[in-house]
Amino acid sequence: MSTATKVRTLTMAEAVSEGISQEMERDNRVFVMGEDIGKYGGIFSATTGLLDKFGPDRIMDTPISETGFMGTAIGAAAEGLRPISELMFVDFFGVCFDQIYNHLAKNTYMSGGNVKLPVVITTGIGGGYNDAAQHSQCLYATFAHMPGLKVVVPSNAYDAKGLMIQAIRDDNPVVFMYHKGIMGLSWMSYFEGSTNEVPAEPYTIPFGQAKVVREGKDLTIVTLSQMVQKSLLAADKLAAEGIDVEIVDLRTLVPLDKETVLRSVGKTGRVLIADEDYLSFGVSGEIAAIIAEQLNHLQLKAPVRRLAVPDVPIPFSRPLEQFAIPQVDSIADAVRALMQLNLD
Amino acid sequence: MDPTSEQLLWMYEKMVEIREYEETMAKVYLEGKLPPKIQKGLAFDIGAGPVPGEMHLAAGQEPVAVGVCAHLRREDTVVGAHRPHHFAIAKDVDLLAMTSEMFGKENGLGKGKGGHMHLFDPAVKFSCSGIVGAGAPQACGAALAAKKLGKDWVAVSFFGEGAANQGSFHEALNLASLWKLPVIFVCEDNKYGISVEKSASTAIASNADRAAGYGMPGVLVDKNDAVAVFAAAGEAVARARRGEGPTLIEVKTDRYLGHFQGDPETYRPKNEAQHLRENDPINVLGAQLRERGELDDAKDAALRSTVSVRVQAAYEHARNSPYPAPEDALLHVFAD
Ligand SMILES: Cc1ncc(C[n+]2csc(CCOP(=O)(O)OP(=O)(O)O)c2C)c(N)n1
Ligand SMILES: [Mg+2]
Repeated sequence: MSTATKVRTLTMAEAVSEGISQEMERDNRVFVMGEDIGKYGGIFSATTGLLDKFGPDRIMDTPISETGFMGTAIGAAAEGLRPISELMFVDFFGVCFDQIYNHLAKNTYMSGGNVKLPVVITTGIGGGYNDAAQHSQCLYATFAHMPGLKVVVPSNAYDAKGLMIQAIRDDNPVVFMYHKGIMGLSWMSYFEGSTNEVPAEPYTIPFGQAKVVREGKDLTIVTLSQMVQKSLLAADKLAAEGIDVEIVDLRTLVPLDKETVLRSVGKTGRVLIADEDYLSFGVSGEIAAIIAEQLNHLQLKAPVRRLAVPDVPIPFSRPLEQFAIPQVDSIADAVRALMQLNLD
Repeated sequence: MDPTSEQLLWMYEKMVEIREYEETMAKVYLEGKLPPKIQKGLAFDIGAGPVPGEMHLAAGQEPVAVGVCAHLRREDTVVGAHRPHHFAIAKDVDLLAMTSEMFGKENGLGKGKGGHMHLFDPAVKFSCSGIVGAGAPQACGAALAAKKLGKDWVAVSFFGEGAANQGSFHEALNLASLWKLPVIFVCEDNKYGISVEKSASTAIASNADRAAGYGMPGVLVDKNDAVAVFAAAGEAVARARRGEGPTLIEVKTDRYLGHFQGDPETYRPKNEAQHLRENDPINVLGAQLRERGELDDAKDAALRSTVSVRVQAAYEHARNSPYPAPEDALLHVFAD
């Protein structure tokens, strides 16, 4: 990471668009395609101001035609350009997944490394504002499951900018997933911890480095994205009750920083995985498996616990959605319950 | 095909109903979403209030819904998109249960699980989706079923001009024509796909011209007029019922409100919506009815008050209904 001098507070949306903007200034091969990214500035403000700065040749509004422009991104990247292609909501991956997982993710491999596809897919994830089952998913585990895609899931503005610049400079496809409820939008309530100090200069954050965002000795919460902010609030509550929680923000799923997870779990001996994606066959199971594989090296005090969406589509109605998606209180409850459990 | 007086009156009443429904929703939707009741610093909170989430309203687009649905029966299928209320109302979806659904209530069409973009009323064969372009192939499926079952039912797929650039639209047109399916594809050209104008998203001026590429009739209805839509749809539905296959219709219509409620609409010329309202299709049809002697002030007032009672009762019903129990989130992942 380069040293930074000027520091001010940005929302995560501002940090993302600043990161893109600085890379576009540095490298004229970088351009952006997607729906409503021009005049509108991106439905979740990830490209605000870019049209005015770079014009319609580099900030290209596309038709609603995801297979078309995802495939276009692949073709342009193979020719040496560096497209950023916005999938407005990750939920829409269904209409263009063939381009993403059969081509974007595999062409480098199938060409024996001869084809490079430096594409960044930016996409909005997450629920919490009653947008129902087709507009509220996280799905990062689905992308992380596919070999060949790097998956970035930031929890705050500082990380988002550094990871975005890193993503654009990476010669591989990167799926950059921003949770709508931490972007700091003026029309959606959000977790304010995500708005933080961001250096004005360009900087990078290497992939595969999780961050301990809160140190503690009693229990580790392994988490990512908006759930980091919820976990921090839960940890504050729990601190008042004398429970000292450590929080690991994964930041990237591919590559995954296993060492930081294992180090923290080794230290506290208790682990809760807090995830906004579906419970089964996902991030929480993966982390639990990584820990299980190291049980000859680390000592757990209690069984692993997971908190995630209980294998139901995200429901619309407020009480149903609040129940389905883990909340600050349910995280705190899960921690309390886990503190009562012992392996003996 | 000329509408009867009864059909004209039905279309008029439904348009009045849709308009009141949408305008009421525009107000109710804002409840609880504005400062000072929301998180400090926000201008609007999409997840707050009695009707949270996204809200796409169809005020101005009524002629498309009524002009087509005037030809439909209960057994005919309608597949709508993310802006579904006008179609739902014109297809006689249960207004109480539909409104309850948008409030997230237990007695909603989907027991609160779907919300406004995901309304399912199998009793009148209505469904819709929040995924742009998803509906056209599904309408083909309903039409294929009708054919296999030996019925003269038809299926209608409604979607926006933006959706006509999705692969699914083109695949559906090809299938429907190849298999001579009784489908009517109805494209609502309201000029915008969110902020992007049709001229910036679509390679040709009229989607009706795309029909030629799939060997089916393409009809452009170039005014936002219920009677004009009625005429085009009448032909298309009759053709489909006769087993002669699909038709693509594009209607030039007007979106009076934002793409969704809360849309800053900075991409749109100021007063554009106001100008559109000057030629309001409800007034146009009202004037025609008056000319034919089918409507006068007294009759209009009576009709509007009946409609209003019906619409407002749906909102009251929804407001006063209970929420589902939180743990009901776990139900209905699979059919019992
Ligand atoms: C597959 C998919 N891509 C993008 C979106 C986001 N989106 C929702 S509505 C919309 C515009 C649709 O325009 P149009 O089809 O013209 O319908 P209108 O909103 O004008 O009624 C977009 C881009 C979506 N819901 N689904
Ligand atoms: Mg449109």
